[in-house]
Amino acid sequence: MSEYILEMKNITKTFPGVKALDNVDFRVKKGEIHCLVGENGSGKSTLMKVLSGVYPFGEYSGEIIFDGKPQKFKSINDSERVGIVTIYQELALIPELTIYENIFLGHEIKKGNFIDWNETIVRAKKMLKKVKLDINPTLKVKDLGVGMQQLVEIAKALSKNVKLLILDEPTAALNEDDSENLLKLIKELKEHGVTCILISHKLKEVISVADSITVLRDGKMISSLEVGKDEISENIIIKHMVGREIEDIYPKRKKKEFGEKILEVKNLSAYDPNLGRQILKDVEFNVRKGEIVGIAGLMGAGRTELALSIFGNPKGYRLKGEIYVNGQKKKFTKPKDAIRAGIAYVSEDRKGNGLILIDDIRNNISITNLKELTKNGFVNENEEIKVANEYKESLRIKAPSVEQKVGNLSGGNQQKVSLAKWLFVKPHVLILDEPTRGIDVGAKYEIYTLMNQLVEKGMSIIMISSELPEILGMSDRVYVMSGGRMVGELPIEEATQEKIMELATN
Amino acid sequence: MRFMDEAKYLLKQNIRDYGMYVALAVIMIIFTVTTGGLFISSRNISNLINQTGYIAVLAVGMTLIIVIRHIDLSVGYLAGFLGAIAAILLTKAGAPVYLTILVVLVLGTLIGLFNGYLVAYVGIPAFVATLAGMLAFRGALLLVTEETGTIIVPNKSFNAIGNGFIPDIAHIPGIHLLTLLIGGLAIVFYIYSEFNVRKNKIKYNFEVISFKMFILKLVLVSSIIAYVTWILSGYNGLSWTVVIVIIVVAIYHVITTKTPLGRYIYAVGGNPEAAKLSGIDVSKITLIVFGSMGLLSALSGILYTARLQSATTTAGTLFELDAIAAAYVGGVSAAGGVGKVTGSIVGALVMASLINGMNLMGVGISYQYIIRGAVLAAAVIFDVKTRNKSR
Repeated sequence: MSEYILEMKNITKTFPGVKALDNVDFRVKKGEIHCLVGENGSGKSTLMKVLSGVYPFGEYSGEIIFDGKPQKFKSINDSERVGIVTIYQELALIPELTIYENIFLGHEIKKGNFIDWNETIVRAKKMLKKVKLDINPTLKVKDLGVGMQQLVEIAKALSKNVKLLILDEPTAALNEDDSENLLKLIKELKEHGVTCILISHKLKEVISVADSITVLRDGKMISSLEVGKDEISENIIIKHMVGREIEDIYPKRKKKEFGEKILEVKNLSAYDPNLGRQILKDVEFNVRKGEIVGIAGLMGAGRTELALSIFGNPKGYRLKGEIYVNGQKKKFTKPKDAIRAGIAYVSEDRKGNGLILIDDIRNNISITNLKELTKNGFVNENEEIKVANEYKESLRIKAPSVEQKVGNLSGGNQQKVSLAKWLFVKPHVLILDEPTRGIDVGAKYEIYTLMNQLVEKGMSIIMISSELPEILGMSDRVYVMSGGRMVGELPIEEATQEKIMELATN
Repeated sequence: MRFMDEAKYLLKQNIRDYGMYVALAVIMIIFTVTTGGLFISSRNISNLINQTGYIAVLAVGMTLIIVIRHIDLSVGYLAGFLGAIAAILLTKAGAPVYLTILVVLVLGTLIGLFNGYLVAYVGIPAFVATLAGMLAFRGALLLVTEETGTIIVPNKSFNAIGNGFIPDIAHIPGIHLLTLLIGGLAIVFYIYSEFNVRKNKIKYNFEVISFKMFILKLVLVSSIIAYVTWILSGYNGLSWTVVIVIIVVAIYHVITTKTPLGRYIYAVGGNPEAAKLSGIDVSKITLIVFGSMGLLSALSGILYTARLQSATTTAGTLFELDAIAAAYVGGVSAAGGVGKVTGSIVGALVMASLINGMNLMGVGISYQYIIRGAVLAAAVIFDVKTRNKSR
């Protein structure tokens, strides 16, 4: 038997238009804690989905050897059968069921044809003991905090005789105490022979628990470091994570002139009643006229939540703090208020909440500002088509006509429709949330050019982006967010990928 | 040959829109043949349309409810209950007709708004909220008719709403002159507005269909209007019910296609999240749509009571399901955001034609239900199959 419990060889996985994994080799030793790190979109989650059978055998190329045997997982069930269990960021527990029901959901303990509930409760207690959770297993999961729910998930994994436990950002939603607890538990499980793959953005915690660290970047395996053998520090990991050169795909702006502060946020805190936790803490930042401000940070840092809190708070967070537009204090209770004040928000999720996919281009563009096209109570359709055509031309939206359904357009063209619909309200401040996610290089360049044109005309742009080169290539000033806080502000001259990563991973 | 190509192209592009009209035409032709022309006789068509009236107005409101991804099960008994209220106001309270109608319409709107409030602001699923309404209004209907049983309405002018015809201006045997005149005016108005639209489009340099095709379309639609008018004028002429339905459809058609409110309704149905982020007050739109449903339920109740010249204890039974079926046959999509008011009217006519034609043929009631079910399923299958291909 080899010392490796898991070997993934030459794994390649492509999505339409993107190579998510490119010939990745990934080896995990028996009984170690192996940390997997990389930027957003580097391929960590995809690799784990290949391993757990979410992407079944045949959808990727390469070889998986687990416990010395080649494996062809067709579903999550297949991988769980051999002892690979994944715990996802979004917990997969059913809130309305009790702890013991949750732990044995899917592999119920039976006596004859019926579930043996007494035995289930007894066994559940044992499992809870193993994860150091001293609570009554008959409680409902919804009554537990996130930290405890996380532990119940692990108990559930243990009940399946787990050999390899995969944890996807387990501490992202936890406070410090809970995080520490969890990391301690993972180390203890190691003593009991459970191998663990830990995906995390928090490099401090990675260094504190890891036996090995694998770094992915752009779908490629960059390095595999071993504690005791290789030199390991946050700086080294960050270098491996970002290492890529900034390509010259960012058009230069002709003039840079900044005016007064047009938008200023002071002491903004937000509590999400649905998640039951604080998502923004004392955030302060500002944008000047004619400026592009980049907001960097890792997934879950609170950037989208910040944008929504400013943009009329459609999710109903409980907000504290002040928002000033042009020096005047404002209180927005719905997106319409923010739109009236000259703020526009281009969503990161254009399919989910940005566009109406079953409707055509012109209706999608005009919906934000129908008033302008309405005369005597009726929409002037000809004027509407004319406006839509103007945006189609100026943004170069590729479609046979503005009557084309938005759902049939490519990602880049959909993004342009998203932009058009918000440019039509003629905003002063444009918030772009991941403006180039999932679109090709050509369309990216066009969007960057457009952004430059807009700020040259005096608009202000807040750009939220997970792509550091984009942040550095386009912004005049960079803010970094982490854990719901604004953890840094860098003038563009001082900003580097390494500095931003350091702030974001703290 | 280019003309034929254009015709084919237009047909292909708009098959979803024209599908229902074609289906209605086919059904009518089949029944005309199988009943030896009885189906298409003036008297039968006039009856058929008048019978559809109270379902048609419900279908109009239901279309918008389904477009915003909700459902309203309470409309049937609400219509029955409000119809009984109208009867009571006219008989026991001795209220004048116009006041009765006004009170009932306002009452209906308020009840609709209450339903909308439960759905939009309290967050109760529409299915449950309106199911509760359905039970409650059934009880309310029984309550108000408990003592008297069926309430006969002796008021002639009220009953005319469901049975009467518009007066004629001259007496020519076999022909209703005013109806013909109105039909003629409708054709003139139609041609004028089509020319106007075309002129405007050309002014904006937009693409228009070729002139030949344009004329063909004008001739086709004009002759359909002319034919229907001719048939109706052969028997008493336009009924008040038809006049009311046409006015309702015209108003709703204009609202849904020409005003911001209409756009907002379809946006909310198409993607509520996106609508909200676009600055649309989704809750308010929901409230308005349910309010309109209540208003139309009241109108439906008035039409039904007037037609029967009485309010019965079972009035309104299953109206809601007929209205929902009409909307689905008319091309409304359960996924939301898609569906025209005019389509639902055609849907209501298709269902009514089926019942009427099968009755004339003497088809047993058991087979009638099965065939109606099959047609509903077929319509939705057609809708699903053509959805991805359109545009």
